[in-house]
Amino acid sequence: MRELLQVQGLTKTFRLSAKQQKLEKTREKVRVAVDHLSFTAYEGEIFGLLGPNGAGKTTTLRLLSTLIRPDSGDALVDGASVVREPDRVRGGIGFLTSELKLEDCFTPNYLFDFFADLHKVEPSVRDRRKQALFARFGVDRFAEVKVANLSTGMKQKVSLVVSIVHDPDIIIFDEPTNGLDVLTAKVVTDFLEELRNQGKTIIVSTHIFSLIEKLCDRVGIIINGRMIVCDTLDRVKDGMSLEDRFFEIYRETVGEAE
Amino acid sequence: MRNSIFTIMKKELARFFGDRRMVVSILLPGILIYVMYSFMGSAMGDAFGVDEDYIPSIQAVRLPESASMLMDAAELPVGEAAAVEEAKAAVTAQELDLLLVFPEGFDQAVAGYEAGSGLPAPNVEIYYNSASTNSAFVYQSVAGLLDAYEAQMVNKFDVNAGGEGYDLATAEDAAGSFFAMMMPMLLMVFLYSGCAAVAPESIAGEKERGTIATMLITPIRRGDIALGKILALAVISMISAASSTVGTVLALPKMMDGVTDEMSASIYSVQDYLLLAAVILSTVLVLVTLISILSAFAKTIKEAQTYAMPVMLLAMGMGITGMFGGGASQDLAAYCIPLYNSVQCMAGVFSFSVLPAGVGITVGVNGLVTLLGVFVLAKMFNSEKIIFAR
Repeated sequence: MRELLQVQGLTKTFRLSAKQQKLEKTREKVRVAVDHLSFTAYEGEIFGLLGPNGAGKTTTLRLLSTLIRPDSGDALVDGASVVREPDRVRGGIGFLTSELKLEDCFTPNYLFDFFADLHKVEPSVRDRRKQALFARFGVDRFAEVKVANLSTGMKQKVSLVVSIVHDPDIIIFDEPTNGLDVLTAKVVTDFLEELRNQGKTIIVSTHIFSLIEKLCDRVGIIINGRMIVCDTLDRVKDGMSLEDRFFEIYRETVGEAE
Repeated sequence: MRNSIFTIMKKELARFFGDRRMVVSILLPGILIYVMYSFMGSAMGDAFGVDEDYIPSIQAVRLPESASMLMDAAELPVGEAAAVEEAKAAVTAQELDLLLVFPEGFDQAVAGYEAGSGLPAPNVEIYYNSASTNSAFVYQSVAGLLDAYEAQMVNKFDVNAGGEGYDLATAEDAAGSFFAMMMPMLLMVFLYSGCAAVAPESIAGEKERGTIATMLITPIRRGDIALGKILALAVISMISAASSTVGTVLALPKMMDGVTDEMSASIYSVQDYLLLAAVILSTVLVLVTLISILSAFAKTIKEAQTYAMPVMLLAMGMGITGMFGGGASQDLAAYCIPLYNSVQCMAGVFSFSVLPAGVGITVGVNGLVTLLGVFVLAKMFNSEKIIFAR
């Protein structure tokens, strides 16, 4: 299997404000959000990043999508370095997170075309893709409704559709089902499986065990910015339920640190 | 392949023109300025003018023959005052416009008076009421008549007798120097207002709403986003400034109604307007770039508007230098200072003393400043500290 994503010792720190230092009674000026993180994702698989809140999942995904730069380490996205060739990386990935918003005053139809233009998608290809994706997610009936007037679920679907206008080989979803009802969540997870079957590589981050168990081929558990375990789902579970196994790992790790 | 700068520009313009309130908010100032200035002009005309067919009420005590002839010639009817105190009360009550009190035997006293004798000259008392526009106006004319009569009696020499045809300034020059004094500052304020109305919305607003990051994860170059935004904002700001400027240019003659006779913006040639347009466009680019960079530092639109305030003071301050400069600077070095150069060029165009080389330098310098700003803005879009600042 081809290694489509290679993460090599990715590290990211944030400065703590003086107030925050006082609050936490610490003299450290920096907080390590992602600590020498390494993992590999292969072509045609769904890779899950599992971890508690504040473990560094979102920071990792932001690093992979080149929105922020690592302090050290690198990641190769289909051979392109997030440090040296961020433009090439951005052209090859689709990134979806709740913090990326769409402008309220535009319609899904306009936004699809706009982002297709930014990704330099040919108009004929764009129109074919738009028709298929809009139909797939039921956006077609709302194609000319301003984003401001769409329901939360429909907004999320439009964001998803827009994030893959350029038919990327690597798709990175941060908490893909957050804030969605079960029906919409199922539409999204079904679509992710469909993409995998097309040979795409999908990275999802979540703290929902059932989502990982349902979707992922391989999983990495992040705690305090470090990759504790990274393997196939079955081997990580080691005969337990993922939830039980996670708490076991968590106890071992945090106990180790203390 | 489509040009990304054009894509960004198109989106910015679509966002703006898709919002009817935004369009109105940009065009409204021009209409308001026109209505307000016209109203101010006509209100001022009313306040200081008297109806041409107004017949004043004047009474006199001991009106001599000479004065009577003067008043007749000026078509000012004069009645006989019964009692001085009553007539004064009538002036105070604004029932009577003017009361003239002549000394006994005025004509003889004047004829017999020696200017060098050191004795007090015969005195005419004119009672009026400055609170009444009519009374004040009639006082001016009657006092003027009597002064002229006095001057005529002891005439040794005149200065500009008749008064007409001595001012050799053409009507165009007069209007030009007036426009040169007023317009640079007004234009700078309008240009700033246009830019400040849209730039914080587009840059800080996108940060605040979280929509800029969506654009930043596409392979588009940051410089293209910066340039596309600045160009689109410049177009919108130009429309806003044009609206205000047209309103002003149309209203100024009305405002100055009665002060000068011939006042019209038609005194300028097409070439003047083209030079002006080049200067304005390059100025808008500089202002939009400045405000955009400040907006990029801000977390919210409100904060961005606060950051933009110093730019307004700067633009207005530069505008005021145009009021006292006395036309355009002849020193080409002055055209290397952004914003100041714009004011100099504007003053030059309006006073017919523009230096084409100065305009060239201005456009060039402003273009360079804009490019530098685009570079800075692109760097800022690349900085996670600025884009994700909370």
